[in-house]
Amino acid sequence: MLIKKLAAASWSDRIFDLVVYAAITVVTIATLYPFLNVLAISFNDSTDSIKGGITVYPRMFTFKNYETIFAFSGLITGFKISVLRTLIGTLLGLISASMLAFTLSRSDFQGRKFVSTFLALTMYVSGGLIPFYILIKNLHMMGTFSVYVLPGLVSAFNVFVIRSFIDGLPYALQESAKLDGANDFTIYWRVILPLTKPALATIALFLAVGQWNAWIDTYLYNGSNDALTTLQFELMKVIQSTTTNADNFRGRNMVEVMAQISPESVKMAITIVVTVPILIVYPFLQRYFVKGMTLGSVKS
Amino acid sequence: MKAITTTVKPELKKPGSRFWAKFRQQKYLYMMAVPFVLWAFVFSYLPLWGWMMAFQKYKPGKSFFEQKWVGLQYFRELFQDEQFFNALRNTLAMSVMGLLAGFIIPIIFAILLNEVRLQVLKRFVQTVSYLPHFVSWVVAAGIITKMLSTDNGAVNDLLLSLHIISEPIQFMAKGNLFWGIVTASDVWKETGWNTIIYLAAISGIGPELYEAARVDGASRLQQVRNITLPGIRATIVILLIISIGHLISIGFEKQFLLGNNLVRDYSQTLDLYALNYGLGMGRFSFGTAINIFNSVVSVILLFTANGIFKKITKESII
Repeated sequence: MLIKKLAAASWSDRIFDLVVYAAITVVTIATLYPFLNVLAISFNDSTDSIKGGITVYPRMFTFKNYETIFAFSGLITGFKISVLRTLIGTLLGLISASMLAFTLSRSDFQGRKFVSTFLALTMYVSGGLIPFYILIKNLHMMGTFSVYVLPGLVSAFNVFVIRSFIDGLPYALQESAKLDGANDFTIYWRVILPLTKPALATIALFLAVGQWNAWIDTYLYNGSNDALTTLQFELMKVIQSTTTNADNFRGRNMVEVMAQISPESVKMAITIVVTVPILIVYPFLQRYFVKGMTLGSVKS
Repeated sequence: MKAITTTVKPELKKPGSRFWAKFRQQKYLYMMAVPFVLWAFVFSYLPLWGWMMAFQKYKPGKSFFEQKWVGLQYFRELFQDEQFFNALRNTLAMSVMGLLAGFIIPIIFAILLNEVRLQVLKRFVQTVSYLPHFVSWVVAAGIITKMLSTDNGAVNDLLLSLHIISEPIQFMAKGNLFWGIVTASDVWKETGWNTIIYLAAISGIGPELYEAARVDGASRLQQVRNITLPGIRATIVILLIISIGHLISIGFEKQFLLGNNLVRDYSQTLDLYALNYGLGMGRFSFGTAINIFNSVVSVILLFTANGIFKKITKESII
């Protein structure tokens, strides 16, 4: 069948196919190669790497670069804090977004219009960097862990994605729960939450990735607080230290030491350490986020 | 849903008592919503109050009423600063370039991907293309800097081996390349992700349309032009609206991470300018004035884009 079709294909269609496959190949290589290259360099002997020519596999395999970076306390602390903020931030974010989504999905809720307008406006309203910085300072959140979780707790977009999912559930479920004597909170917790799992999985991924990848809050509010440093921030310092931007970061021992040992291999090793957790998670959640993305954008 | 509430309204004789009766009935819903209204008030609306700082000589530690009012002094300072106009130009340039590239390229990629007949290959390419979206800008900037570096950077190596250039280009040190690098980085990072919605839209087009076209002898290119593109028109319009809405968040993350002192004249956005010259030097009032101006620019951008958009499609988002 397929062969017949191909044979019947005209010249223009064959050229079309050729262009399509060529373009797809270029895009795939352009996306994948940089990651493989970084991976190869991170496993390659650092003095050998300087000679160049490493492509997608290490020439002189070694774990030394990883041993080097894990010897720094900043990295261990950063790892712990990053994991912690990802777990707590995702959990709190999920609970608050789904709660709000539930109340907003209830067309009988009389505060609905006000709450949803108030929330939707937050997507466009922003005081800017400095008023926000002053606010955090006045709330005495500087140098605390809460600064990682509280200011970004609710995202209107996430709320609307979950709400449109709840809207798709039959309302009869809630009514029958009510007849059984359940209050609104019980309905949310026992009925809605279990049924919203696919949407929650999508939002959990967004929140987790956002938390894991954040570094600006560390830079602004906890830059000099070693106990609350994050992995991304440590990587940022190392990467910035060897570019000409050196005056931009607040220098600390780790950076200076790392700049002395071949910075490139070490940089690449940290890059891999920072990236791997996400690489492990995202293929498993792919089918959810594809659905979630589509749903969220069509409705909003 | 809205129709229900409007039909109920005329019955309300004593709105006050009705409201409180309903309020008691819905106390759990209120308990679930009110904390977040308060949260949004504190973290989204309160910073707007901070805009007052731009008109005061803000000194930390003093209360709002003890601050000295200076009127438009900081705005005058702003308009006399050459760096400000640089930052403004860069912000405008990078927003517009980002909007155009970030909008058009995902559509092309989605159409190309849809034409891949081998399902395994299609899924593989798709999975790979999402990858950069999930890494942070810190990681992305590190990788991009490495790829563009003069010693053993992949891009320079490739160009050299193809004899397109005779000596390595110092990508990260040339200001006039910076806007392009930021835009290309954004495309590299987000194209796959932005393609998801278009692919979903394409898969919603009925296969019988393609079947009929094939019977009529339409070539693949003609099918793309006459079936696929019109089929995702609605999605394209929605996404254009969304990306116009995103013009507001220009930010500074990419520029901060990819920029350096050598390209500062091209890398400094308004937000970065506020960070460096407001926060960095403790000039909070001056920095707030920049933030305010940034918001004004965002709104103007949004209305301009919307205006152009309205002319072309006769639809509006505002």
